Amino acid sequence: MKDYDIVIVGGGPAGLAAAAAAKKAGSDSILIIERDRELGGILNQCIHNGFGLHTFKEELTGPEYAQRFIDEVLTLGIDYRLDTMVMDIAPDKTVTAMNRTDGMFQIKAKAVVLCMGCRERPRGALNIPGYRPAGIFSAGTAQRLVNIEGYMPGREVVILGSGDIGLIMARRMTLEGAIVKVVAEVMPYSGGLKRNIVQCLNDFDIPLLLSHTVIDIEGKEHIKAVTIAEVGPDRKPIKGTEVRYTCDTLLLSVGLIPENELSRNAGVEMNPVTNGPIVNESLETSIPGVFACGNVLHVHDLVDFVSEEAKKAGENAAAFVLGKAQEESGQKITLHGESGVRYTVPSHIDPKRLSDNLTVRFRVGDIYKDSYVSVYYGNERVRHVKKRIIAPGEMEQVVLLKDDLLKRPELTDITLKIEEA
Amino acid sequence: MTEERNLTCINCPMGCFLTVELTDKEITKVSGNTCPRGEQYARDEVTNPVRTVTSTVKVEGGVYERVSVKTKSPVPKGKIFEVMKDINKASATAPVHIGDILIENCANTGIPVVAAREIKEA
Ligand SMILES: Cc1cc2nc3c(=O)[nH]c(=O)nc-3n(C[C@H](O)[C@H](O)[C@H](O)COP(=O)(O)OP(=O)(O)OC[C@H]3O[C@@H](n4cnc5c(N)ncnc54)[C@H](O)[C@@H]3O)c2cc1C
Ligand code: SF4
Repeated sequence: MKDYDIVIVGGGPAGLAAAAAAKKAGSDSILIIERDRELGGILNQCIHNGFGLHTFKEELTGPEYAQRFIDEVLTLGIDYRLDTMVMDIAPDKTVTAMNRTDGMFQIKAKAVVLCMGCRERPRGALNIPGYRPAGIFSAGTAQRLVNIEGYMPGREVVILGSGDIGLIMARRMTLEGAIVKVVAEVMPYSGGLKRNIVQCLNDFDIPLLLSHTVIDIEGKEHIKAVTIAEVGPDRKPIKGTEVRYTCDTLLLSVGLIPENELSRNAGVEMNPVTNGPIVNESLETSIPGVFACGNVLHVHDLVDFVSEEAKKAGENAAAFVLGKAQEESGQKITLHGESGVRYTVPSHIDPKRLSDNLTVRFRVGDIYKDSYVSVYYGNERVRHVKKRIIAPGEMEQVVLLKDDLLKRPELTDITLKIEEA
Repeated sequence: MTEERNLTCINCPMGCFLTVELTDKEITKVSGNTCPRGEQYARDEVTNPVRTVTSTVKVEGGVYERVSVKTKSPVPKGKIFEVMKDINKASATAPVHIGDILIENCANTGIPVVAAREIKEA
């Protein structure tokens, strides 16, 4: 196997956009490694529409959105390997991978872009007592079965968790003739996008029970029924609120976590809140030359933002291998999230290395109505933007102006806060 | 009579919170939208709600069993299940390309159903 300057781990939307951007930025030696049988990542199973409206001014389905980027990668003549799994990334950026034709092989890369995406939280994380009968699926598994294999897991469905994939599957299975009885969410707010509650649940009169959870599963071989109860502020079931629903399928849509075993083993420093790497303004991790973007960095709801972020990571990887990356100036500004802001991406910046204004992405830990997103440079409040609603299910962003930052050579800390009216 | 309706725009994941003002059932003002699609959505939703339907269709001779499809433009909300019936009766033969028309006129809406992914021959 020949060596490549840039190895891109994962061929989903993040990997595709990073590869195309790196090529356009002047790198001619790029390899995408994808463990699946095709490029496109998880978008291949997201057959609903609503992707890319802002990038392409057209409402696309997941596979159509992916195809635009696949076409670009093919036109640019970028090398890729399918059915190939990256097994290890060493701190010196040696990438070890494996497939059936080449066996195990190593590539000495100069830069690596982490684009491994995320996976669903396993159901073991749920503390439901009783047997584990057949008929319990993660929402993403059900999505693959229905949309790629054309196989319907069941006819009478209960969904636990109101993440987007669960909401999308509530509609999908309803369209295929199943009866979706209820979506139960343990938190007092939904983890999914508002638009999905409107078009996937409200359109079909599927009830969403907030502050409710599954407390019992019946059936030994195959699931027969579940019992759902309301939970109090301590998230413990309230006696007397139990309702039994017969069903042959239980879908779990309880959130996504970035897929970072490879990053951890490489020694990349991680952010315990996002479960993704800590990155600087260049989306570079604690290992110089190792970049991260897309869902492996933090879970996104909008693929347009994944593509945008990945483009930056790809450009920076190219600059790194071509020796064009801006030298570090020594000024390090740390970004903090406080009073409701759970995390920020990036975590720290060197303003002299910014190629452009800086987009800071973040999520909040609760629902805030008519509140303000505030940005503090040190103790000085420089931004105070009113928002009608800010919710944990929707990623937020603020743009910091490069010129503003360059005017403050003494600045060491930026804080983002939610301030109530 | 003046009335106000609150809607969530479903055209993209921004999910803008829209307010429609109506006087004697006539729309007088739409606010809260970030882009023009939001205003169009609000007008449609109050007068004639429409939805894009996405699903899959059986494929013969392809590398995969199913091809994902969508209605080329949104169909009236009340027709969704009729559209699904037509989609479930349809089939395609590989190769299939994005944009190929698989149903000319689904559920008599005048709107075609088109392929939304590439399927190569097996
Ligand atoms: C099950 C599921 C369903 C989703 N459904 C929706 C949805 O309906 N709507 C929506 O807006 N968003 C959805 N998302 C979010 C969606 O993942 C993102 O919008 C977007 O696809 C993220 O792009 P990505 O490239 O970062 O990750 P992905 O699309 O996940 O791509 C990562 C790629 O890396 C590959 N990979 C991982 N590890 C390795 C390795 N070791 N070696 C080689 N290759 C590797 C994977 O096979 C995959 O192709 C879903 C996510 C999941 C997990
Ligand atoms: S108004 Fe425009 S930006 Fe807002 S949700 Fe609708 S389509 Fe998206």
